[in-house]
Amino acid sequence: MSPLDVATLRKDFPILSRTVRNDRDLVYLDSGATSQKPAVVLDAERDFYETRNAAVHRGAHQLAEEATDAFEMARATIAAFVGGHVSEVVFTRNATEALNLVAYAFQNATADAGPDRFVLEPGDEILITEMEHHANLVPWQQVARRTGATLRWFGVTDDGRLDFDPSMITDRTKVVSLTHQSNVLGTINPVAQVAAAAHEVGALVVVDACQSVPHMPVDVHALGADFIAFSGHKMLAPTGVGVLWGRADLLAQMPPMLTGGSMIEQVFMDHSTFAAPPQRFEAGVPNIAQAVALGVACDYLTDVGLQAIHEHEVYLTGLALEGLAGLPGIRIIGPTDLADRGGAVSFVADGIHSHDLGQVLDDSGVAVRVGHHCAWPLHRRFGVAATTRATFYLYNDEQDVAALVEGTKRALEFFA
Amino acid sequence: MNLESLYQEIILDHYKHGRGKGLREPFDAQVQHVNPTCGDEITLRVALHDAVVQDISYAAMGCSISQASTSVMYELLNGKPLGEVWPIHEAFVKMIEGRGKVEPDEDVLGDGIAFAGVASYPARVKCALLGWMAFKDATVQALGKDYT
Ligand SMILES: Cc1ncc(COP(=O)(O)O)c(C=O)c1O
Repeated sequence: MSPLDVATLRKDFPILSRTVRNDRDLVYLDSGATSQKPAVVLDAERDFYETRNAAVHRGAHQLAEEATDAFEMARATIAAFVGGHVSEVVFTRNATEALNLVAYAFQNATADAGPDRFVLEPGDEILITEMEHHANLVPWQQVARRTGATLRWFGVTDDGRLDFDPSMITDRTKVVSLTHQSNVLGTINPVAQVAAAAHEVGALVVVDACQSVPHMPVDVHALGADFIAFSGHKMLAPTGVGVLWGRADLLAQMPPMLTGGSMIEQVFMDHSTFAAPPQRFEAGVPNIAQAVALGVACDYLTDVGLQAIHEHEVYLTGLALEGLAGLPGIRIIGPTDLADRGGAVSFVADGIHSHDLGQVLDDSGVAVRVGHHCAWPLHRRFGVAATTRATFYLYNDEQDVAALVEGTKRALEFFA
Repeated sequence: MNLESLYQEIILDHYKHGRGKGLREPFDAQVQHVNPTCGDEITLRVALHDAVVQDISYAAMGCSISQASTSVMYELLNGKPLGEVWPIHEAFVKMIEGRGKVEPDEDVLGDGIAFAGVASYPARVKCALLGWMAFKDATVQALGKDYT
């Protein structure tokens, strides 16, 4: 049973009432890529532009004050949402930028002989996992290449769990960066356990929380993270705003990635000093209306209840795994049990490429993601080029899962 | 647009029974192309002699549309002089990228017109062109080699 009243929630999402491809009801199972938005969030964005639009942290006029207030209140809401302090929340464009911000701190500190915590040398190790999204992989490859540090990774077991080998964390380990919940496998990683081991050797812990913060209660301190990154657009908010949460003492030492207006303390012709965090990391006029709307999205999610959302998604995941298991030639890529698992179900069908499977599903009105979902090495690990992925959110229901299973069956018949 | 008009019989047939598959010798150029959004890939070789396509051989991994379009390309272009090859190539690309607004000429494209439906699915355009772009790249390289 689901703890959510989905029928009522669905009314909050205008897009869910549209049809696609030959008048089919839309069955949206691609929230892992981006979520749909409730009317309150869309209204908040529009309301900002209609009533309070101005550049933040600049100008002494009333609109600038009100815009700054709204922006900073959103920051406070988001901080509370993940259990952090307001000064620890940095607005970015998305999770990718947030992760790069940390990666660049290491690169820049190394180039400038900056604070020790962020300086990397040959022999130092950066530890990630084989299940990372490219956003938490490619930036670390760059850091390794530019600093001479070595990139290493935990493997993934055949059933899609993290192969956590504590002996890989040594005195050489300077940073451990891993995803909280895999966007492909659905696996929820034992981040607190990994973080504890990392902290024992003094390594910093970065968590890609893109697929967890929108879907379950996340508390940065319970996780034991030093940094977490997530994207607003995956949690009911508009595109263009993401978050880096970082421990205050670390942010205070960190060099900026982007420089320019709004992030300075004093500027002279030949040098400048930088503002304290979070402003130091927010060069230029930010995506203000989107940040304000993200605050509203957090409130909406809090009202519904993150634990209930998680349980709802686990319930749907169970139905999907069961339904797909009843079809011939389907292989799930990821755990087939529901322990420590969220609502991403990826699978391959014998003899059918995921692009073709996705096309048949699309023809049935079912929107899924096909391909490698920006986790190419993970797909290589499982010996597949591409998978079909369904992801669930608070507005999905049993009928959506039934449509997925029915559509997959239709594809199997079509390409038989 | 419906599924049957996208996945025409000819396409499904070429998908299941790809023509000209495999990598063969001799060849003048070999390229590897990938579709970074879905990970599909093709290794394709071209052998030219006196500006005639002697052989197109390939090993590919991908969806039905990309596999079938490469197979149809093999049938349409293999053995032809480049003077005939390029107009067919151009017409195919134009049809696929035409968003469904380009009327394909069966006299030029033969079985290739079965892919007209792909043009209505922008997400599949790259699939349909994977082999064709690889062929163009390989042929240009092979020609460059001829002249040096
Ligand atoms: C696990 C994970 N990390 C990072 C990202 C990148 O998010 P964005 O593209 O919003 O920066 C995504 C989204 O695709 C993701 O699922």
